[in-house]
Amino acid sequence: MTSNQLRHLSKVFQTFTEKQFSSSVSKFQLPDLPYDYGELEPYISAEIMRLHHQKHHQTYVNNLNAALEKIHKAEEAGNVGDMIALQKMLKFNGGGHVNHSILWHNLAPVNKGGGTRPDGAFLKAVKEEFGSLDALISSLSSTAIGVEGSGWGWLGLDPNSKKLKLEQCQNQDPLSTKNLIPLLGVDVWEHSYYLQYKNDRASYVKNVWNVVNWKDVASRYEKAIA
Amino acid sequence: MSKFALPALPYDYSALEPHIDTMTMNVHHKGHHQTYVNNLNGAIQGEHGGQFKGLSIENVQRNAVKAPDAIKTVVRNNGGGHYNHSLFWTLMAPTGSANSAPHGDLKQALEAEFGSVDEFKNKFNAAAAGRFGSGWAWLCMDRSGKLFICSTPNQDNPLMEGISEHVGIPILGLDVWEHAYYLKYQNRRPEYIAAWWNVVNWDKVVENYNHAKQQKTPVFDVPLA
Repeated sequence: MTSNQLRHLSKVFQTFTEKQFSSSVSKFQLPDLPYDYGELEPYISAEIMRLHHQKHHQTYVNNLNAALEKIHKAEEAGNVGDMIALQKMLKFNGGGHVNHSILWHNLAPVNKGGGTRPDGAFLKAVKEEFGSLDALISSLSSTAIGVEGSGWGWLGLDPNSKKLKLEQCQNQDPLSTKNLIPLLGVDVWEHSYYLQYKNDRASYVKNVWNVVNWKDVASRYEKAIA
Repeated sequence: MSKFALPALPYDYSALEPHIDTMTMNVHHKGHHQTYVNNLNGAIQGEHGGQFKGLSIENVQRNAVKAPDAIKTVVRNNGGGHYNHSLFWTLMAPTGSANSAPHGDLKQALEAEFGSVDEFKNKFNAAAAGRFGSGWAWLCMDRSGKLFICSTPNQDNPLMEGISEHVGIPILGLDVWEHAYYLKYQNRRPEYIAAWWNVVNWDKVVENYNHAKQQKTPVFDVPLA
């Protein structure tokens, strides 16, 4: 049994147990990675993937649950001031959970579609908006590399105009704060690349395209325009 | 036209081991800090540099809010980066080479403001650990001579009036960008913060405090090329 299978089994058991005894507060969980930690090598190291998933994402999940618990208690006590004060913690950690849950599916090992160029309606929209897939890659790369401090570069969809748009988000602000539907995220927090690339963010972003799961991006696009 | 240059470290790259590792010091100084210097020079020496040409690094901070739109972001991030890191290197020293605890007037002031040196450290640790994303934690003195602790995002610092939520003269600062600790500590920022106290150069911090009492900013090497 692989470690991923073991983790999945223990999660099923945990969920079953919690459903028997759950309170009214949501308890979010760390989603499984759809591949093993080493499968994005050599573009993203196994060590980075393991830390990114098991430490960083897990911490967002834990802190999100803690925030929700605190907000619930404050609500029960009628303490709206406290509820408001907890919004930052909710945004940081809820955003972190949302963003990384998307990210793991935005990426795929090379032998499972990573780097394989898209076709269909999504490619058509990319050509309309950016001229070519390579032009999108170039623009989103610049957008991501140019983030000051910690944050993300995103390809998103404007739900009103149905147009593809590029955006930067600071920290773990979800793309919804810019009124866009997230399609593809490039995480440029230093924890995403530092152990392997050190301060060379540009090389990391250049290499990430080898493991972008365009099928996943296209499928998000199709859901978003439906 | 003279421009800013990367200051030398006051010690070897390995001098802060085991608390801050050699590789981090190398990349932090020669990679990150050098890039801030290069980008700052690019902005100030360029066509939009205008009144920023020839300004002291302190005045670059104070006037960052007034920078021309074309260079505002670059000046804020890289002017801040150059100032913050130039100060940061001087706030550290190999364990045992400087006083390992606050002394003199600073010790009294910390005790008066925070109750004890330990309580000050607890509050500083909380500010450093609680800064979400990239940024710095600071001990500062405000205009009335009062000590306070704050944190700033990215490369902002408390000299940046009109930009920073908290304004004052920095006395002690800690870099909590992931690049400052990730190679050795990974996600364990609190462990990095705890280890960092072992290399704080309290003699320099006391000197900064004494300068701040006269409303003067910290003195450190700002070489020009």
